Amino acid sequence: MSTLSIRDLQVSVNVGEGEDKQILHGVDLTINSGETHAIMGPNGSGKSTLAYSIAGHPKYTITGGSVTLDGEDVLEMSVDERARAGLFLAMQYPVEVPGVSVSNFLRTAKTAIDGEAPKLRTWMKDLKTAMSDLQMDPEFAQRNVNEGFSGGEKKRHEIMQLELLKPKMAILDETDSGLDIDALRVVSEGVNRAKTETGAGVLLITHYTRILRYIKPDFVHVFVAGRIVEEGGPELSERLEVEGYERYAAGAGAAKIGD
Amino acid sequence: MAGAVETTDEVASHLHPAGSFDVDDHPMPNGREEIWRFTPLRRLAGALDRQPTGAGAVDYRVEAPGEVAVASLAPGQAPRGTVLVPSDRAAAIASAETADALHVKVPAEVVVADPVAVTVQAGGGRSNGHVVLDVGPFAKVTLLLDHRGTGVHTANLEVVVGDGAEVTVVSVQDWDRDAVHLGQHEALVGRDASYRHIVVSLGGDVVRLNSNVRYAGTGGGADLYGLYFADAGQHLEHRLFVDHNAPHTRSHVDYKGALQGRDARTVWVGDVLIRKIAEQIETYEINRNLVLTDGAQADSVPNLEIETGEIVSAGHASATGRFDDEQLFYLQSRGITEEDARRLVVRGFFAGLLERIGIETVRDRLTEAIERRLAEVGV
Ligand SMILES: Nc1ncnc2c1ncn2[C@@H]1O[C@H](COP(=O)(O)OP(=O)(O)OP(=O)(O)O)[C@@H](O)[C@H]1O
Ligand SMILES: [Mg+2]
Repeated sequence: MSTLSIRDLQVSVNVGEGEDKQILHGVDLTINSGETHAIMGPNGSGKSTLAYSIAGHPKYTITGGSVTLDGEDVLEMSVDERARAGLFLAMQYPVEVPGVSVSNFLRTAKTAIDGEAPKLRTWMKDLKTAMSDLQMDPEFAQRNVNEGFSGGEKKRHEIMQLELLKPKMAILDETDSGLDIDALRVVSEGVNRAKTETGAGVLLITHYTRILRYIKPDFVHVFVAGRIVEEGGPELSERLEVEGYERYAAGAGAAKIGD
Repeated sequence: MAGAVETTDEVASHLHPAGSFDVDDHPMPNGREEIWRFTPLRRLAGALDRQPTGAGAVDYRVEAPGEVAVASLAPGQAPRGTVLVPSDRAAAIASAETADALHVKVPAEVVVADPVAVTVQAGGGRSNGHVVLDVGPFAKVTLLLDHRGTGVHTANLEVVVGDGAEVTVVSVQDWDRDAVHLGQHEALVGRDASYRHIVVSLGGDVVRLNSNVRYAGTGGGADLYGLYFADAGQHLEHRLFVDHNAPHTRSHVDYKGALQGRDARTVWVGDVLIRKIAEQIETYEINRNLVLTDGAQADSVPNLEIETGEIVSAGHASATGRFDDEQLFYLQSRGITEEDARRLVVRGFFAGLLERIGIETVRDRLTEAIERRLAEVGV
C-alpha cells in the first residue's frame, strides 16, 4: 500500500527574462494505491503543471509545499529517481527521441526501474503481449521512440509503458485527448489492466468526461486557475458534463470553494 | 579491364571540375571556392603546401593473406592513375609526393576470407600516401584502412573493382586529437560488381575525405556508409560524389554523425550525378546528424543532378535532430539516468551501421574504436 501525498503545492514557471509566473496556488491531494482520482479542469488551469511538477520537469520551480511518496520527499529526487521510486507520468505530448528504438528504450527503462535486466525470454513475451493488447503493430518495436507516431499511437505507447514498468502511482495527463472512440477503449482497458494487476494509484487528468465512462474514478477534483475548487465522487463528473466549468469562472467561485 | 564507359555527354557536374595530377592546376584555395567553403583552411597545418613525407612521419603496416599480392607502383604505372585523378590540391599533393604507392592486388576469382589490414601509423610531421586496391574480376576482398597516431597526412585510395567482384573498404580515422587528414578515395566499379565503402571518423582536428564512385559498366552497385562523431573543436568533413555514368547501376549512401561540445563541426556533402546515358539506375542518399549539445554544428548538403528521367528511382534525405532537455526528461522520467540516456541515444543512433559489417574482426575493431572514443568524451 502506497500513498502519494501532495500538500499545499505551489509552482511557478519561468516565462523568460527572469520573470516567473505563479501557476499552482496551493494544491492538496492524497492518492492511495488502488484509488483512481480524476482531475478535471479547463485549458490552462495548470493540470499539466501539476503532473510535470510531480515528475520533476526542470521547467517548473516549486515555490512552496511538499510532495511525498510513502513519506519520502519526492521533490528532493532527480527525475529518474522519482521514476525508480514508483512514479510514472503518461505525458500529454510524448517526446520524440531520435535514434532510440522503442524496444531498446523499453528494455533500458525496465532495467533501470527494476534494478536488473529482465530475463530475455519473459521480456520478449511481455513486450509482445503488451503491444498486442494495445493493438500496436509489432513493427513499432523497431521504430524510434515516438518518431512519426500519430497522436493515438503515442498515447498507446505511453500506456504500454505503464503496463510494462508497473509503477506504484501513475499520472495520466490527458491520455484521452486525440483518441478516437476505439483507441480510447483500447487505452482505457490498458489502464484498467495495469490497475488490476499492480493495484497502482491513478491520477487521471482530463478535460472531458468521456474517458470516465471507461475508467471509473473514485474521486473527482475540479481544477481551476491553479487550485482544486471542488471535490466529490463520480457524480461530480456527471454534473460537469452538463454544466461545464463556467460556474467556477476564475476568481469568483474558485476562492470561495477552494479555501 | 575497360576504362570508364563511353559517355555521350562529357559534361562534368559543376561541383566536380575535371581533375589533374599537376599540383599547380589546383591553386591554393582562399576558402571561397565551392569545394573548400566549409573547410577551416587555417587549421590545415601545411597540408596544402607541397611537401615530401618527413622521416618517420608515417608507417604503412600491411597484413595480407597469402593469396593477396603486395607490391608498389610508381606514378603513371597502371593501374595507378587509371581510376584516381586528383580532384583537389590535397589529393594532387598526395599523389605527386608518393613515389611508391602501395599496391594491393587480388587476382581474378580469388575469394579472400580474412581482411587485408593496412595500418597507417602516423608519427607526427608531414606525410603523403597513396594506396591502390586492385581487385580482379569475380574476386572478393575486404580492406581495412586503419589510421592512427598524429601528423598532417594527405593520402589517396584508388580502387579498381573488377567485373563481378565484391569489394569492401573500411576506412577508420582513429587519429589522435591533433591530426590533420585530407584524402580522396576513388573507386571504379566494374560490370555487375559490388563496392562497399565504409568510413568511420572519430579522431583528428580536421579530417576531410572525398569519397567518389563511378562505374566501368552496367549492373554495378555501390554502398557508401559513414559514421562520425565530433567532439568540441573537431572538424570532420565527408564529401561524396557518385557519378552514375552507366545504365542499370545502383548506389546507396548512408552517413550518420553525432556531435557534441563547443565548435564541434561536421560537414556532409553528397553529390549524385545521373548522366543522360544512365537509364534505369537506382540511387538513394541520406545523411542524419544528431546534435547532442549547444555549440555544435552539422552541415548537410545533399545534391542530386538528374540528366535523364528514365530511371528506376532517385532520392535523397537529410535530417538533423537535437538531443534536447525534453528528450532527456522523457527518458529520465522512465527511470533512466542522465548518463545512460545520453549513451542510449548515441549508441542507438550508431547501431545500424556496425550490423552491416560482416567480418567480425573488423566489426570488433570499429566497436572498440567507437567505444573508446565515446568513453574519452564522456558519452
Ligand atoms: N513556459 C511558459 N511560459 C508562460 N506560460 C506558461 C509556460 N508554461 C506554462 N504556462 C502557462 O501555465 C498555465 C498552465 O498550463 P498547463 O499546461 O499546466 O495547463 P493545462 O491545465 O494542462 O492545460 P491544457 O488543458 O490545455 O492541457 C497556462 O496558462 C500556460 O500558458
Ligand atoms: Mg495540459
